[in-house]
Amino acid sequence: MRTGLLFAAVALVAGVSMHAQSAPPKPAAPAVAAAPAGKVENGGVLYKKIGCYQCHANEAQGGLSGPRIGPGLVPYARFSQYLRRPTGEMPPYTTKVLSDQEIADIYAWVNARSKPPAVDSLPQLAR
Amino acid sequence: MQVLGDNERAGSDFMLDVFKSLGFEYFFANPGSSFRGLHESVINHGGNKSPELITCCHEESSVAMAHGYFKAEGKPIAVMAHGTVGLQHASMAIYNAWCDRVPVYVILGNHADAAIRRGAEWYHGVQDAAAMVRDYTKWDDFPWSLTHFAESAVRAYQVAMTPPMAPVVMVLDGGLQEHPIPKDEPLRVPRLTMPAAPAGERGAVDEAARMLVAANAPVLVADRLARTANGMTLLVELAELLQAGVIDEGSRMNFPSRHPLNQTQRARAAGAEADLIVGLESADFWGTVNAVRDQLHRSTRRLAKPDARLITISTGDLYIRANYQDFRRLQDVDLAIAADPEATLPALIDAVRRLITGDRQRVFEERGAKLAQASRAAAEANRIAATYAWDSSPVSVARLCAEVWAQIRDQDWSLVSSYYSNDQTNWPRRLWNFDKRHQWLGHAGGGGIGYGAPASVGAALANKKHGRLSVAIQTDGDMMYAPGVLWTAAHHQIPLLSVMNNNRQYHQEAMHVQRMCNARNRGIDRGEIGSRLSEPNIDYAKLAQSMGIYAEGPISNPRDLAPALSRAIAVVKKGEPALVDVVTQVR
Repeated sequence: MRTGLLFAAVALVAGVSMHAQSAPPKPAAPAVAAAPAGKVENGGVLYKKIGCYQCHANEAQGGLSGPRIGPGLVPYARFSQYLRRPTGEMPPYTTKVLSDQEIADIYAWVNARSKPPAVDSLPQLAR
Repeated sequence: MQVLGDNERAGSDFMLDVFKSLGFEYFFANPGSSFRGLHESVINHGGNKSPELITCCHEESSVAMAHGYFKAEGKPIAVMAHGTVGLQHASMAIYNAWCDRVPVYVILGNHADAAIRRGAEWYHGVQDAAAMVRDYTKWDDFPWSLTHFAESAVRAYQVAMTPPMAPVVMVLDGGLQEHPIPKDEPLRVPRLTMPAAPAGERGAVDEAARMLVAANAPVLVADRLARTANGMTLLVELAELLQAGVIDEGSRMNFPSRHPLNQTQRARAAGAEADLIVGLESADFWGTVNAVRDQLHRSTRRLAKPDARLITISTGDLYIRANYQDFRRLQDVDLAIAADPEATLPALIDAVRRLITGDRQRVFEERGAKLAQASRAAAEANRIAATYAWDSSPVSVARLCAEVWAQIRDQDWSLVSSYYSNDQTNWPRRLWNFDKRHQWLGHAGGGGIGYGAPASVGAALANKKHGRLSVAIQTDGDMMYAPGVLWTAAHHQIPLLSVMNNNRQYHQEAMHVQRMCNARNRGIDRGEIGSRLSEPNIDYAKLAQSMGIYAEGPISNPRDLAPALSRAIAVVKKGEPALVDVVTQVR
């Protein structure tokens, strides 16, 4: 179970990256607006169907092997480029299996995720 | 009918006398005729006390329970099993314990004399029972007399408990157990004297101290370091003396999770900044310093600075086997000390203390302040990360762990099992305050699934006499290997809160298959096939209830979780096991 890649795995906690071994992308809220139109509903279906949730968790909040990717976190250009040619652990999604429009749909769904409550409003997370 | 004469006693009575001298509190066993003599001695000659028999429903559970018990208590348990079919069931759990360097004392029954074997004993008979597990046990013997047995039984205990610790096997002949012996036969119970753990050579320790004091950014990486609570105390002392960052790789409870010098939650950054990395009983020091990229064409790269100096203090240099590959890649280092780090730390601390000058002290203090700031930032990032998907259903794993923490934080708790092997998804380690040895018990060791449920029960049994609240974050795939261990918990009234992390799949394996689909550019929507645990969904509450355990669930709405946990904890506090089935997101 233990991967042994301790440095790699833990890095995601502090940084926001597409994967453990890739450079953290810069937060870029304006880039969200520049993304192509995507169908949120279809994006949600695809996010589950093609396994995005396996690593990034059900609401794109980050999980076992993938970091949080939304909402409003990763510029579209970086998002789509990384899906096609990941530099870290994430497996690639080529045009043969995932179209540009489908990427846009997934991106739209990721960015439609609700914002979380303020941490200090949650007693379960009291220091 | 023949009965034991007044001037006779059973060979297994003497065997039990020897086992009692070793201090075993329990024997874990699924009953088997090849050790029926010893079984009877335990319950009648020994009065079923110290050791007390704990009835297990599978030998894999027996060994994994012993593994968990040792992690919590620091004392080994003896497991009884058939030399053939029992050991075959037990073998995976023995492998886990060996990989985790945990001692389990395995007692196998075997009828060696073919002339008087009954029918089934032919299937349960074997020339060399321990051969099957010899690659992943430290020592074994098949004694031919009771004197031979006594010496080997004590030797086996010494071997198992001397670092590096590991399982051992004693094969007990059925005849030797069952044949009567004269009461006045001179048999001696050998005295147990535990060897001192091997400490590092003085010159090498002094050199390590010089390197540590001279370093600008030393990092101490601890994995299986803390054999006892004192291991954590010593590591804290060394880290504070140097104001050095510590990364706890988590096979043991090595360092308080909220200590300002704990850099585990920013381990990659801390490792990349380091000019000196010290591996303390690191199971995979190469993997600490480097990474493998798991793509179609795999590649490796160094994570540490190219000129970072490296030291290891490890019993790994004292013990290696050839077949199973748990020894990992060989890492070039500047100094390797073949020793038990916990036994070596006192000398290292003294040597460091002697070398610290006023100038170095000022440097250390500045370094410590920066590390504390970085540690606080990482902790705050974890709290914020947990808020995402807070109200979503199925329940996020972060929410699950936060809800459990909210209810146990003011009690004497022990997390007896958590399958999360890295700190990114190890929400308890990210959110909870671990500062006692029994609060974190590490991992399975060999990655063999099916460890969590029985290890939890074993650890909870150890915690029972200390009045600790035992909590398991119990994954569903793991539970399904041998769920009969729930009955053992109910039957023996072992207080344990099992919170199901029920994501309805073998999630890690689904990710592996997804990776293959992507790499082969086909069927990327089919990666879950073969790894799902749904259609039908498994009702873990009903499963537990069927074995006499209080249980609730399945719970999918996070708002229902806190009241259910509260009710279950009330049951556990009365001395019973309880289970809450929570349908969760993937990890």
